[in-house]
Amino acid sequence: MLNKIYDWVDERLDITPLWRDIADHEVPEHVNPAHHFSAFVYCFGGLTFFITVIQILSGMFLTMYYVPDIKNAWESVYYLQNQVAFGQIVRGMHHWGASLVIVMMFLHTLRVFFQGAYKKPRELNWIVGVLIFFVMLALGLTGYLLPWDMKALFATKVTLQIAEAVPLIGPYIKVLLSGHSTIVGAQTLTRFFAIHVFFLPAALLGLMGAHFLMIRKQGISGPL
Amino acid sequence: MHRGKGMKFVGDSRVPAERKPNIPKDYSEYPGKTEAFWPNYLLKEWMVGAVFLIGFLSLTIAHQPPLERIADPTDTAYIPLPDWYFLFLYQLLKYSYASGPYTVIGALVIPGLAFGALMLAPFIDRGPERKPSKRPLATAFMLLSIASVFYLTWESVAHHDWEAAKKQGAIVDVEIDKNSDGYKIAQAQTCTSCHGGELAGGAAAPSLLELDLTAEEIADIAKNGKGSMPAVFKGTDEELQTLAEFIVELNE
Repeated sequence: MLNKIYDWVDERLDITPLWRDIADHEVPEHVNPAHHFSAFVYCFGGLTFFITVIQILSGMFLTMYYVPDIKNAWESVYYLQNQVAFGQIVRGMHHWGASLVIVMMFLHTLRVFFQGAYKKPRELNWIVGVLIFFVMLALGLTGYLLPWDMKALFATKVTLQIAEAVPLIGPYIKVLLSGHSTIVGAQTLTRFFAIHVFFLPAALLGLMGAHFLMIRKQGISGPL
Repeated sequence: MHRGKGMKFVGDSRVPAERKPNIPKDYSEYPGKTEAFWPNYLLKEWMVGAVFLIGFLSLTIAHQPPLERIADPTDTAYIPLPDWYFLFLYQLLKYSYASGPYTVIGALVIPGLAFGALMLAPFIDRGPERKPSKRPLATAFMLLSIASVFYLTWESVAHHDWEAAKKQGAIVDVEIDKNSDGYKIAQAQTCTSCHGGELAGGAAAPSLLELDLTAEEIADIAKNGKGSMPAVFKGTDEELQTLAEFIVELNE
C-alpha cells in the first residue's frame, strides 16, 4: 500500500533522487558513538536541532493561549500555567528548552572549534553557525519579555539602555525595538512578540537550511 | 542516463518517464566501519533522542517554569536580572572601566571583539593543523574566553541577592475569608460588583488589595465616594467600621 503510494507520487514527481540526496549519506566510523564512545561529542549539533524542533512545536502551542498585549499577556501566561491541562508542561518545555538549546549550542561550538573543523573548506559553515548562535541569543532575549512579569519588564529596560548606548545609531535601535524613545510598554511588547515569533524564526530556518545544506555537500570533517 | 532526443516524459511535464530504482548506496568500499545514515544510524539516533526527551520531560515536570508578578513599571526599587546566559555580559557592565562614561567599552567594544573574533576564527587561525595542541594560540584564546565567561557568570550569581530577588518578584496571593463579617458587608454594600469578588479590581474599579490608606480614609471613600466612584455605602456606622478594618487587614 505504502509502496504503491510512493510509486504513484514518484512516477509524477521523480522524488527518488531527492530522497537519496536528503536521507542517503554515510556516517563515518569516527563520528559513530556505537563504535567509539567518545564520539558522543558529535551528538551536540543534532541535539541542538532536536531542542530547536521542541521549541518550535511548544512555541506554536503557547501562541494558542498567549495574548501579546500588556493587559492580558501576564494573565494569559498565568492562566496557561495554572488552569490549562498540561499548560505548565508546555510552558516548561519552552522555558527550559530555551536554556538547554544554549547549552547544547555552546558545546557544539566548542567541539567544532577545538577540533579545528571550521578550517578550509568549511569557513562559510562556521560563519553561518555563529550567526545561528546570535539568532538564538536574540530569541532568548525577546522571549524573556513576553510573560510581561517583573523580571521581564526590568531586564528589557536594561537591554534597551544598552542598545541606546551604541554610538550614533543607538537611539534609533532603541526606538525600532521598543516603539518609543522613553516608554517600554504596549508597543514594545507587540514588537518583541513579532520579532520573537516571526522575524527571528524566519532567519533561523533560513540559516539552519544553509547550515545543513553545507554539511551535506561537504560531509563531516575527518578524524583528527 | 538517456538525454536529449528520444527522451520520454510523463505527460507534458519535465519528469522523465524512465524510472530509477530506489536502492541505497553501497558503503562497503568506504573506510572503517562506515554505516548508512538511513535507516541504520537514524534508528540509533532516535533512541538517543528518546532518552534525552525523557530526561527533558522529567525536568519540566519537576521544575515549574518561573513566573513573577505582573509587570509594574512604577516599582523603581526592583533590581533587574537577565536570563542566566546573559549574566556574563551583564556583569561586565558593572566594572568601572566598562560602565558609566565607558559603557560603550563594556556593551560594545569588548563583546564585539570577542564575538567578532569567534565569527572570523577560520580567517585568523588559518594554518592547516587541526589538533588543539598544534595551534596553541587559538586554543589559548578560546580557553581564556571560556574562563572569562564562567568567571563573570559566577561573579554575577555570587553578588546577586537571591532572597531579595525572590521576594521582590513574588506573586502576592491575598487569602480572603469570604465568611467574615467584613466580606459579607462588602457584598451587601455592592463593593464586590465593581471591585470584583476577589476585591482585585476590574474594568470599572481598582484593586482593593494594594491600598495605602487608613481605616478612616477607606470609610470616608466608601461613604462619600472618590473620583468616579459614587457614594455607595448605606449601612450603619458599625458596619462601616468593620468594613474599613477588613479592607485594611487585607492590605497588611
